[in-house]
Amino acid sequence: MARRIVVDTGPMARVEGEGSLSIVEQGAGSPEVKLNIFEPPRFFEALLRGRRAEEVPDIVSRICGICPVAYQISSLNAFERLFGVEIDEQVRRLRRILYYGEWIESHALHIFMLAAPDFMRVPDAIAIAKRDPKLVREALDLKRLGNSLMSAIGGREIHPVSLKIGGIYKAPSKEALASVLPELDRVRSSVQKMFAFVSSLERPSLQREATLVCLCDPARYAIDRGDIGSSEGLRLSPSDFEENFEEYQVEYSNALRSRTRTGGSYMVGPLARFSLNYDQLSPAARALAKEIGLEPPLRDPFQSILVRALEIVHALEETRREVKEYEEPVRPSIPYKVKAGTCYGVSEAPRGMLYHSYAVNGRGYIEKAKIVPPTAQNQARMEDDVRLLTPRILNSDVDEARRLSEMAIRNYDPCISCATHFLRLDIRKA
Amino acid sequence: MSKPRLGVFKFSSCDGCQLSILDAEEELLVLLDRVELAEFLEASSSSTGAPYDVALVEGSVSTEEEVEKIVRIRKESKMLVALGACATSGGLQALRNWSKLGLFEQAVYPEPKVARALEKALPVRDFVTVDFELRGCPVSKTQLLQFFAATLRGTKPRFSASAVCFECKRAGNPCLVVAGGTPCLGPVTASGCGALCPSRARGCYGCFGPSDDANLDSYASWLSARGVDLSSIGLLLKGANSQSPEFRRWIEKNG
Repeated sequence: MARRIVVDTGPMARVEGEGSLSIVEQGAGSPEVKLNIFEPPRFFEALLRGRRAEEVPDIVSRICGICPVAYQISSLNAFERLFGVEIDEQVRRLRRILYYGEWIESHALHIFMLAAPDFMRVPDAIAIAKRDPKLVREALDLKRLGNSLMSAIGGREIHPVSLKIGGIYKAPSKEALASVLPELDRVRSSVQKMFAFVSSLERPSLQREATLVCLCDPARYAIDRGDIGSSEGLRLSPSDFEENFEEYQVEYSNALRSRTRTGGSYMVGPLARFSLNYDQLSPAARALAKEIGLEPPLRDPFQSILVRALEIVHALEETRREVKEYEEPVRPSIPYKVKAGTCYGVSEAPRGMLYHSYAVNGRGYIEKAKIVPPTAQNQARMEDDVRLLTPRILNSDVDEARRLSEMAIRNYDPCISCATHFLRLDIRKA
Repeated sequence: MSKPRLGVFKFSSCDGCQLSILDAEEELLVLLDRVELAEFLEASSSSTGAPYDVALVEGSVSTEEEVEKIVRIRKESKMLVALGACATSGGLQALRNWSKLGLFEQAVYPEPKVARALEKALPVRDFVTVDFELRGCPVSKTQLLQFFAATLRGTKPRFSASAVCFECKRAGNPCLVVAGGTPCLGPVTASGCGALCPSRARGCYGCFGPSDDANLDSYASWLSARGVDLSSIGLLLKGANSQSPEFRRWIEKNG
């Protein structure tokens, strides 16, 4: 049988950044599936060299406009560990609220503006708004709440300016932070409706094996720190990441991918978090999960949207509690001395585990940087999923084939801007 | 009257500036009702394509494909707007413009491979005529909405590019440089953020690029007379707006 192009999406809509997907049937063998990322590389790891550690959180936040806090926190974790700074507990709380804000904003954006149109077979959220303006307005309210939390602590929602090694530039007063509480209460009914909406969507399903990887933190459903855990029972400190996972390259993509050192692809993100840390979800989130019969472990990528909805519920509950327990820190930032060494930092970005490591010299300048974003780790899985779906895709008409294969990619809420900017370098002269 | 056809395009960037459009939660549905979305890949899979009445371009131009794409979009658009620091002044990826090619080549990893990247990442205006620039890393949501409001009325928006110092003074902040010796780009950076950083007792790091009458030489010598070394000032200017003519000139002159 000749080669036949089954699906070629061209530049894919409703993902962050630029990529395309192609499926090519080649005789009797399994079809060739390529997630081609043509987003231009921006070489952040190279341009971080020679910068001061203190500048890094503001530089790396520019890797991604959708998850800047994740980048700031992973880098801060790395440097604070190396410099031996133990930050104030209340500052840690502020960083978490900022991070919950990012989860809420990013998940709401994904659910309503990027993913829901697939499930409803419409091109975009504008079409949903025409059918159900109230639903979209409430979704936007939720999204706005995420942004308000980020602005309350970070000054602005995209590339916040308040965090620094050792703490925070300026902590909000207890009263100022409490001003988000009425808005948190106001969205309570929206959240119920949001969850009812998401669970009513007609979902395809895909049963398959997958190694799930995420952070585990004895204190909470991991977000701002933790050890690396996996569904295979692995428990690692962040410094052991590179011994157990490696990056590799394929010729058709500008983004590096990841696999375990034993060669298997793995999955990071909401399904991994739900599966490994279910017991730490907030009571309301667990109750809703029970209501629709969702139990760990989860490996069906089409269930990711449900878990993102649950994580919004969880983040709102945690935020309400943290805001109430907040006291203005006595020491918003702790002085520190730079130290030479290699350091490692991880946190749970909305899309999954985000790993940073830096080699720092005695004057506090970066000599080497390595960043492994969640979308790069999930890339191989995305292709695997599409491959597993091909029998169904081949049996569908063109529109449905395209819809199914794009959904298989959007299940991971890929942030292509993040994934691409790490290729070390390669410049061709103009 | 038919609705103006809006195109939103991404070049080399972090997505943050086009996200600012979606972040205008309160006004978004009204805005989308007043325009025809001809192309906005991040928000919609429906695209009616060229021509565009207004094209918003996020990101710097850093590959051969992007050079072709920006020339094409210019031809297809009545008004072309550069959206944010990458599009107006290169963005952080433009810091590679000063790297020695050899250094980058040594860093190739894990296999030597030529990704399709040009030697330099440059602002949009280096390739085509730009009708309007919205500054900032990220852009200001307020300015973005003011831009839409004015454009939809058929008028030209105007934004002050006076120094951050004016916003800072109005916010009632004590001056970080004078009172605390903290290096701050406020005196040479355009306003637009509302003096976010100085209001948090940290120095401005230049998100909105040079102010109207930025005198970098004078300010740098004033700072260095007070003990701030030139390399620190250089690092501050080597941010998201390094390719603005004023910042670039200073960096190239002072190393």
